[in-house]
Amino acid sequence: MSALDNHINSFTQEQFDQIGADFDAIRRRVINDLGERDANYIRTVVKRQRQFEVGGRAMMMLPPTWPLGVASLSLSKILDNMEIGHNVMHGQYDWMGDPALHSKNFDWDTADTAENWKATHNFEHHTYTNVIDRDHDIGYGLLRMGDDQPWEPRFLLNLPLTVLLHVFFQHFVAVQNLKLEDYLVYKTKSREQLAEEFKPVWAKMRKQLAKDYVYFPLLAGPFAPLVFVGNVAANLTRNLWACSVIFNGHFPEEVEQFDESVLEHESRGQWYVRQLLGSANFEGGKLMHLMSGNLSYQIEHHLFPDIPACRYAEIAPAVRAICEKNGLPYHSGPFWKQALSTWKRIARLSLPDRLSPFKKSKAQSVDKPYTTSTDAESLPLAA
Amino acid sequence: MFAINEIQPGRVKQLVNSAINSKLMHRLTYPHGPSRFVELFDRTAVIDETIGTISAIEHPTERSVRVSVRPNNRWNGFLAGQYVEFAMEIDGRRQRRMFSPAQSQHADGALEFTMAVNPDGVLTRHIKSSARVGDHVILGNVGGDFHLPETRPEHVVLISAGSGITPVLSMLRTLIDERYQGTVDFIHYCRSADDALYASELEACEHTLPGLRMHCIHTRAGGARFSAEQLEQMVPNYREAHTFVCGPSALLDATRTLFDEQGIGERLHQEAFGLATHATGEGESGGEIHFKRSDRTTDNNGETLLEQAEHAGLSPQHGCRMGVCFACSCTKTAGRVRDLRTGEVSGDGEEDIQICVSAPMGSVSLDI
Ligand SMILES: Cc1cc2nc3c(=O)[nH]c(=O)nc-3n(C[C@H](O)[C@H](O)[C@H](O)COP(=O)(O)OP(=O)(O)OC[C@H]3O[C@@H](n4cnc5c(N)ncnc54)[C@H](O)[C@@H]3O)c2cc1C
Ligand code: FES
Repeated sequence: MSALDNHINSFTQEQFDQIGADFDAIRRRVINDLGERDANYIRTVVKRQRQFEVGGRAMMMLPPTWPLGVASLSLSKILDNMEIGHNVMHGQYDWMGDPALHSKNFDWDTADTAENWKATHNFEHHTYTNVIDRDHDIGYGLLRMGDDQPWEPRFLLNLPLTVLLHVFFQHFVAVQNLKLEDYLVYKTKSREQLAEEFKPVWAKMRKQLAKDYVYFPLLAGPFAPLVFVGNVAANLTRNLWACSVIFNGHFPEEVEQFDESVLEHESRGQWYVRQLLGSANFEGGKLMHLMSGNLSYQIEHHLFPDIPACRYAEIAPAVRAICEKNGLPYHSGPFWKQALSTWKRIARLSLPDRLSPFKKSKAQSVDKPYTTSTDAESLPLAA
Repeated sequence: MFAINEIQPGRVKQLVNSAINSKLMHRLTYPHGPSRFVELFDRTAVIDETIGTISAIEHPTERSVRVSVRPNNRWNGFLAGQYVEFAMEIDGRRQRRMFSPAQSQHADGALEFTMAVNPDGVLTRHIKSSARVGDHVILGNVGGDFHLPETRPEHVVLISAGSGITPVLSMLRTLIDERYQGTVDFIHYCRSADDALYASELEACEHTLPGLRMHCIHTRAGGARFSAEQLEQMVPNYREAHTFVCGPSALLDATRTLFDEQGIGERLHQEAFGLATHATGEGESGGEIHFKRSDRTTDNNGETLLEQAEHAGLSPQHGCRMGVCFACSCTKTAGRVRDLRTGEVSGDGEEDIQICVSAPMGSVSLDI
């Protein structure tokens, strides 16, 4: 058991409640302050994204402007998925009452359907963050991401599969809700069931594929191949970037994973602490934050998933202060460092634990960082 | 004959519109839709919302404001007396309220809204003090059965008080446009001459419509409020007429009682500008409200589900907050609720409810 676990285990129920109240206060402060500034911000980002999209698709149709077109469309897709789609579909801008920016209506420029994503991401991932067997974002059913996940021979492919996941990210996310591993590996899902669940996914995928790989190329006439390749490149750029950002948020070595048992009687304060321990920020300039949809503030995002992401930078000092006051870690590092740490973890876990040449660092074990009993002031972690 | 929809977009505009709405455009702009791109160039060119542009703002009295709104091509007209959902964005939030256009249903061009300014009101105060010509208005559903019957009756009695004049004025102006041959009795209550809306226009109408008889009553300058005797005196034959009333609930209640007593309830048509104040009943506190999709639970304090959701930090879609616009409809998955308009209590199964006028009776689960 690590020193951190010991420390958190010494928290009393009152301490957890105080942490909960402190975080709630930050949330309330922002919610009461939402207004024109936030509306203008998201509208401006949307406007730029649409301009990049129109411009990019147009420029791609002529050889001299092709590279600019690809860059512009890549940018558009990244903005659309990250700062706009991800955040709008979290309901961060529902308070505006604008149907075009409401989580109920918004759909994004990627293969995944808004409905499925809201189920796996908003609900499963954000409620059960880093809880093994409950949070499907841990390895997407494809990879071994934690020591507690028993090793199977298929995990020898952990590294190449991670590369594949980055390359085809939009399509992996699109089929994530189908839990393909249940059909392919564990045989708990029937073919018919799978086919039924695939229908709405395919309906969206098809329209996305047709747009990028049929209609726009055809529109370019003789330059059809140029547009086709350009769209492949833009989609690929977005895939690589989005996947890296998401991996950085939850899988650097110091980030913890949890056993299902923490969910029992978890109080609001304990939920906040789990979100804190299960997320990591990465640092960068304004552009980095914008392009990552402010998921560079993954910690703030997990504490307050429905607060407009443009506010995370502003509340980060207050979050850090609460962590310092309570001796809780606030994981943060440069982008490349977090990425390196993540890839190392994936490599290490591809081998059975006793064979792995990599040193197992302390925090990757499945932790039960706090006990959730309500009848004792503080309980030591079960031995 | 007059058609309801007289505002025809020009030929060019029509072509542009159908191009924007074409299958190809939908495919190319998937999944956002063509509107999200054309609005880059012109907000009013969208095909999924009726956008109006404010073309004039006047201040007829201290406590009122009049705005003219030029709608885009999607505007389909209305029937005199009906209301329109009127929304503007104020401090980042879309504020939606109901207003009754006051112009004739045959007039083309701008819609005319005359609004009583509520000192605590979010929208009307904004329009009175900060709105500018050129600002955009989102026009939503047009609705209500408060309108003239298609075959115009021979005798129409219009009764209004204060800002309630708007829907009945629309009826009067419509009849004037139709060169109506019957009789109109127009009874309007307001505090004083200073507070009177449309006073000079109404005077002038008496010359354009031979069958019109105006009765203006200034209640703070010696005029009496509505009573059966007063009506009898002004319009002795009101029992044979169709009567349209719009005003505060005291006026609505008094006319309803009188017409029902006389056994002519079906000849009385009413419009309320707010949630009726009577016979609403309330919810029952206790238990918990569970917001399933947001995974949030709150102790039930008996207020409307919309208010409780907002207190719990959620932002459910809503508009009028009085059961008119259906913007707040959502699925109740378990529990019973009372409809505050009728006092009726629902079953405890799954059904769609309007959360702005539904108060929980104990624990309730909602799909928001
Ligand atoms: C069919 C119909 C037609 C109408 N036609 C007209 C018309 O032609 N002319 C006219 O003047 N009026 C008309 N009305 C009435 C008008 O829609 C309301 O008076 C409307 O509320 C005016 O908006 P406001 O901005 O003045 O006030 P609001 O902002 O609606 O405020 C009204 C009251 O509600 C409270 N309130 C507002 N928002 C909230 C909230 N989020 N939570 C809790 N409380 C809140 C305020 O404190 C205030 O006391 C009509 C109403 C209906 C139903
Ligand atoms: S908000 Fe309009 S019906 Fe509920």
